[in-house]
Amino acid sequence: MTAIYERELDSQLNGLTGYVFGALMLLFGGIYVMAIHLEGAVDFTTVLASLTFIYLIGIPLLTMRSVAEERHQRTDQLLYSLPLSMTKIVLGKYFALVTVLAMPLAVICLYPLIVNALATSGAIPLKAAYGAMVGFLFLGMALTAVGLFISSLMESVGLAAGACFLVMLLLYFLTPLTSYISSSALTSFIAFTVLAALLGVILWRMTKNGAFALVFAGVLEGALGVCYALFRGKFGGLFADVVGQLAVFDRFDSFTYDIFDIRSLVYYVSVTAVFLFLTVQSMERRRWAS
Amino acid sequence: MIEVSHLTKRYGSRTAVEDLTFTVESGVVYGFLGPNGAGKSTTMNILTGCLAATEGRVSIDGFDIFEQPIRAKARVGYLPEQPPLYMGMTVREYLAFVARAKGVKIPALDKELERVTAVTGVGEVADRLIRNLSKGFRQRVGIAQALLADPPVIILDEPTVGLDPLQIVEIRELIRSLGRDHTVILSTHILSEVQTVCDRVLMIHRGRLVASGTLASLEEQFAGKVTYHITVKAGLLEAREALEAVPGVLEVTAGETGADRCTLAVSVSDPGEDMDERLSFALSDRRIPVLRLEREQASLEDVFLALTQEADQQNAGKAGKGGRRHDGDL
Repeated sequence: MTAIYERELDSQLNGLTGYVFGALMLLFGGIYVMAIHLEGAVDFTTVLASLTFIYLIGIPLLTMRSVAEERHQRTDQLLYSLPLSMTKIVLGKYFALVTVLAMPLAVICLYPLIVNALATSGAIPLKAAYGAMVGFLFLGMALTAVGLFISSLMESVGLAAGACFLVMLLLYFLTPLTSYISSSALTSFIAFTVLAALLGVILWRMTKNGAFALVFAGVLEGALGVCYALFRGKFGGLFADVVGQLAVFDRFDSFTYDIFDIRSLVYYVSVTAVFLFLTVQSMERRRWAS
Repeated sequence: MIEVSHLTKRYGSRTAVEDLTFTVESGVVYGFLGPNGAGKSTTMNILTGCLAATEGRVSIDGFDIFEQPIRAKARVGYLPEQPPLYMGMTVREYLAFVARAKGVKIPALDKELERVTAVTGVGEVADRLIRNLSKGFRQRVGIAQALLADPPVIILDEPTVGLDPLQIVEIRELIRSLGRDHTVILSTHILSEVQTVCDRVLMIHRGRLVASGTLASLEEQFAGKVTYHITVKAGLLEAREALEAVPGVLEVTAGETGADRCTLAVSVSDPGEDMDERLSFALSDRRIPVLRLEREQASLEDVFLALTQEADQQNAGKAGKGGRRHDGDL
């Protein structure tokens, strides 16, 4: 695992993307800190809340090459033939990406101290600032796992970057988007029905087993129908709620209210674990149909 | 060392490898021979754990590649058809990475790198970027990578493709020298490569094993089919009559016919040494001058062509009876 980690880190630091990510983060971090504190406010958490926007571009940049490039260069065959488990390979890559992610954040950690040293009136509450910093890092880690997974699905780096950017964009604007979803029970039911059918299709594409996918989707649809018949009242607004749960970016908001939100951290760790697991599965699947 | 039993790989409805069973003994250089698209790379990818099989078992040194992949893979060094090289690394960095990933500990790393670079002769380019290397050196780096951590089995997928003649000779010498203390399987569609490098042959056609054994045994199987090419200064009828009278001659076919000379192909059932003499005496008895008399032994090429045609005919026969077959040709 260390070998994979070191190589991935090396390739990130020898390429441009790691530096572009760091530069973006530091540049906008600097601008936001200056802008907000020039107005006389002493609030570091809003700086970080604004900076989450940089993840929209930063995460695709950081993760696009991780697996897609290996596939493109055919070096993935080496990874498959090495006496290492796929989990170790994926974790090695992931931690290398997190290291690159954490580098500019470590520099940003100095900003509150600098502001406090120079400030003539008021000081940034450091506890809240560093609590939010932890939340910011965990958000980045969760998004990195999502980006790694997307990269593992793609053959080309450009495609991986594009797809990742779209997903980040969707996640970023998910909450405003959910407000457009009608909250009637029927809409929720239809949305879930379509989702179950889609899951069936994805399963069919992945396993190439039509009968299995059909049974799976059928059972799911049946269960949905029964649930709808029994608890119609509960379906009102349920789809919007479920989609709202996926709003990764919004989980950061509680940190801006000076709350060190353990639940958000657990949420980020869960998202990370799920997507790392999916990445391993997507890499393993290549073994079956390359 | 390697046991493959009833290995089958299907891609959807297309069968790339079908019911492949063979055993590889240790310390022998095997040539995995077959035309392009016969399923060589697929088989090698399965043997090295890069690809899952639809059916069948592969065990390497007693470890099942699907059930104990880590232990099985630790015993195999693999050079895929396209060497998996990181272009942005130097040779030394790349080999150090692979060695570490294969579990070579840091104290032993320098020694291991030294050993492998010495064997493959990549020492002089150790500090150059792989991107800037020639194809021959890239291939060597690929082989060096396979040798790291000293696995007992080395699997090389078409290691000489795309190299210039000098590089081909060098790589073949390298493979021969590896054969002294490793089990080597190399795939190729070049027959002469098998003849110069390998001890044993596994012939594969359309995903099926059509023949296996030592070179000598394969040629012997077809030794009955000895053909003489004879050019005489005489009329065709006269020469044919003389040759057909010789005991042991199966068939005389006419080749080129000139103004005063003709060429005949004579297939004989008894390939004994005195056949040369009997044929030439038969002609000289009738005062027919022999201009050329050449004995043609079935070569590996003939064996290969004969086997693949046989397999094709069988396939065609089965298809004709209504049983549709999917074969592994691309």
